[in-house]
Amino acid sequence: MQENSWVPLFPEQASTFAWQVDTLYFYMLAVSTVVGIGIVAAIIFFFIKYREKEKYATGAEIHGSIGLETTWSIIPFIFAMTVFVGGAYVFYNQTRPPVDTTEIYVVGKQWMWKFQHSSGQREINELHVPVGRNIKLTMTTEDVLHDVYIPAFRTKMDVIPGRYTTLWFNAIKPGKYHLFCAEYCGLNHSGMGGWIYVMEQRDFDNWLSGNVSGQTPVQAGQDLFQNKLGCASCHAGGASQRGAKLEGIYGKDIKLTNGQAVKADDEYIRNSILNPSGQIVEGFQPIMPTFKGQVTEEQLISLVAYIKSLSGSTSSSSTNSGSTMNSTSSGRETMNNGGTNSTNLVAPRADRGDSNSQGSNPNAPKTQSEPTNRER
Amino acid sequence: MQNVNPINFEKIKEEPKVNYLTNGFTVKSWLLTKDHKRIAILYLITVSAFFALGGTYASLIRLELLTPASDLLQSGTYNRVFTQHGIIMVFFFLIPSIPAILGNFLIPIMIGAKDLAFPKINLLSWYFYIIGGSLTLYALLQGGVDTGWTFYTPYSTTFSNSYVMAVGLGIFINGFSSILTGLNFIVTIHTMRAPGMTWFRMPLFVWAHYATSLVMLLGTPVIAITVLLLALERLARIGIFDPAIGGDPILFQHLFWFYSHPAVYIMILPGMGVISELISNFSRKKIFGYEFIAFSSIAIAVFGFLVWGHHMFVSGQSVYAGLVFSFLTMVVSVPSAIKVFNWSATLYKGQISYDTPMLYALFFIGLFLIGGLTGLFLGSIGLTVHLTDTYFIVAHFHYVMVGGQVLAYLGGLHYWWPKITGKMYSEFWSKIAAIIIFVGFNLTFFPQFILGYMGMPRRYASYPPEFQVLNIFSTAGASILAIGLIIPLIYLTYSIFFGEKASANPWLLPGLEWRTSSPPPTENFEETPIVYWEAYDFTEESGLDLEDARNKYKVTV
Ligand code: HEM
Ligand SMILES: [Cu+2]
Repeated sequence: MQENSWVPLFPEQASTFAWQVDTLYFYMLAVSTVVGIGIVAAIIFFFIKYREKEKYATGAEIHGSIGLETTWSIIPFIFAMTVFVGGAYVFYNQTRPPVDTTEIYVVGKQWMWKFQHSSGQREINELHVPVGRNIKLTMTTEDVLHDVYIPAFRTKMDVIPGRYTTLWFNAIKPGKYHLFCAEYCGLNHSGMGGWIYVMEQRDFDNWLSGNVSGQTPVQAGQDLFQNKLGCASCHAGGASQRGAKLEGIYGKDIKLTNGQAVKADDEYIRNSILNPSGQIVEGFQPIMPTFKGQVTEEQLISLVAYIKSLSGSTSSSSTNSGSTMNSTSSGRETMNNGGTNSTNLVAPRADRGDSNSQGSNPNAPKTQSEPTNRER
Repeated sequence: MQNVNPINFEKIKEEPKVNYLTNGFTVKSWLLTKDHKRIAILYLITVSAFFALGGTYASLIRLELLTPASDLLQSGTYNRVFTQHGIIMVFFFLIPSIPAILGNFLIPIMIGAKDLAFPKINLLSWYFYIIGGSLTLYALLQGGVDTGWTFYTPYSTTFSNSYVMAVGLGIFINGFSSILTGLNFIVTIHTMRAPGMTWFRMPLFVWAHYATSLVMLLGTPVIAITVLLLALERLARIGIFDPAIGGDPILFQHLFWFYSHPAVYIMILPGMGVISELISNFSRKKIFGYEFIAFSSIAIAVFGFLVWGHHMFVSGQSVYAGLVFSFLTMVVSVPSAIKVFNWSATLYKGQISYDTPMLYALFFIGLFLIGGLTGLFLGSIGLTVHLTDTYFIVAHFHYVMVGGQVLAYLGGLHYWWPKITGKMYSEFWSKIAAIIIFVGFNLTFFPQFILGYMGMPRRYASYPPEFQVLNIFSTAGASILAIGLIIPLIYLTYSIFFGEKASANPWLLPGLEWRTSSPPPTENFEETPIVYWEAYDFTEESGLDLEDARNKYKVTV
């Protein structure tokens, strides 16, 4: 892994669509340079050629020309349209993940990134991925907005509290690449970054086995579902169960009592846990309690992964559970892998008691705070 | 028609007994004045003070970024410094700069009116500005804000431990200053034009301010409402933006940019108006495509309301919304291109003088060109996924806001300085300063395009070491730029006291503002002018007798 992966002036092209972004950039750069130099040259030429011959002389009487106006409206418009179409095409590739992706869960919090592989390995501020595989990050945050930005992959995506956003890439070159938080998030915003390690498949497999995983998200979710949160008391039990059947629902259209149909995606499952009365499935009573404030973002992700697995739509999970934690080289916090309680680094938002709950500036003198807005 | 009101240089060379500056010397005669020219001076002084403060913050930012580590400023301080730089520069310098100073002074004179339609409201607008500004200053002294000028939620409503509410209130109150100025301009332009001053005889400066006023009037209430909602959530914990209490953080971004994108046009249209004046007058030639420039201002103002989503391409808005906003952004760039082409064409077969205002105008075209073209880069959605929230954005908007609006402001200030103060400044120093500013500006901001493409995120107090070289260039440029901006402060102040007296029409131009004495009398004209010439009319029709003038002023090149 090279230490300095930066080519002067341009970041490395390390994802499948990086060259497309660069091509678009060079195209625009070329046209802009030609147009820019043309206009500037004309201005300088006029400026010298038509310098006043005599003080207070009057310039030629020219008022305008429809032909010219039309020309210089249409040509920039056409250029702008090529740029639009090119941008739309690249954007399509950046935002539409292929079907066969390996999912990695990401939780941002002031000021660190937490990653969890579907095989259970957890990392902080570092992410190891194999080369040539479609990787999809499903991301959320525990506090403010953040943004996962990997310049070498030419992609970024905001991470938003209260919902999931996704970002995908396929790394084409082994190496070590910058990971930045690109959405301002408070005190240590510029420190909220790390590295993406792209490895050959073989090295990646080694890395995986060297970092024995804890519970996989699916296993953790199952534990929550069946024991910890007691979801199973209503959502399992066959014909007698009071809650909706969850097997096989993922990706299907669900009919709600209000007549609408919604697609059962990650967001839907998340909302059903946090705000069940918001979307009652047809044929059921609004009896499910909300779990808001009782589950952490990471537990939610595990639950979502588990419910997805009931429809057979998650990548195979690792089997080596119960072993010791995987430590990552730069992890700032120790991570446990045991039960659902200790799996999670941070307590739920509602009862977070550490300094982070004081907002972005724990160093600020007390007198500087506006206490009215702080209810936690 | 010709003999109705020929321009009589003999007559306007004579000074009126009192001009607007000598009409009262008490503090009260200034602070309670209803004269648009005096209010413009009040704005000039206060806006300049805010500019100096914003500039100080800018220097701190650049000094901190000289090294990769956050050593000079800790990140908590740095975050406050860049936030306060942005807030001061946008809300208290750039938005009022040209409209409230030059617009206030010149619009009534340019259309042959005695004052704005509502002189008291004009004064009130200055007081709103002062109250809003003082509140903001108070908040800065207490400890400042650290949310970024964009106030994104839920950081600003729930997490920030800084004086968000005081600054928010300051911006809220200051907004009324914009609204009232916009309202005043619109009514004035509709109802107070002198006889013969038809819409298409108005200088393009007035057209540009008309378009700006529309945006001020229609857009500013939205930011006011947004700030109120932010206050509701922050103080009363009513869930509007914070998802933890049932809100939607993206809603804030929609509301914020629904104002703030049009607001970026408040920060460039007046500058475009100034440039149209400078280019045409200093080529001594009618501007090329008058109607196209006039209507492109209106088009920018209207379409400017439809592209706010281009600030949110990676904020989780739908892919289709992103595509539509990208498309509309492309469309809105065309009127700007039209202006650039028309300005360039105006030079053709002109009689171009190399006076300082014209230097600024040329620099403006070059820099705005870069700013506008990089705007296209950012409007291209696939490219902006990589570029947004990096230094590329920072470079882009400084090219349009500083390279564009600030240079236009300086150009306009130099152009009308003899009219405003009745004094001439040093030609030599003003040219030197203009060139230093141009060089310093480019050295500061051009490297930031490259930094942005390399991936350096904005709002970083510390950064990876490979970005250092370009940051050193940028800081070096900023020092040059600072020197370039201090020089005018010195020679312009000097000129007020020791400058040569300016004649009524030092550049010998046809505009109405040059047909009254320098400085003008309180009621602007001895008698209401009757306008029978087109804007930028250098022919005899306008009453400009150049032979005669040349003899009278005894000028040769
Ligand atoms: C040809 C005209 C222009 C185009 C096509 C354009 C396009 C854009 C786009 C697409 C963005 C958003 C980039 C992003 O966040 O990904 C942007 C940002 C910005 N533009 Fe422009 N722009 C133009 C002119 C201007 C002008 C005239 C101004 C101001 C005088 C301006 C000021 C700004 C500012 C302040 C931002 C950044 C706001 C922030 O995030 O803090 N732009 N521009
Ligand atoms: Cu915009």
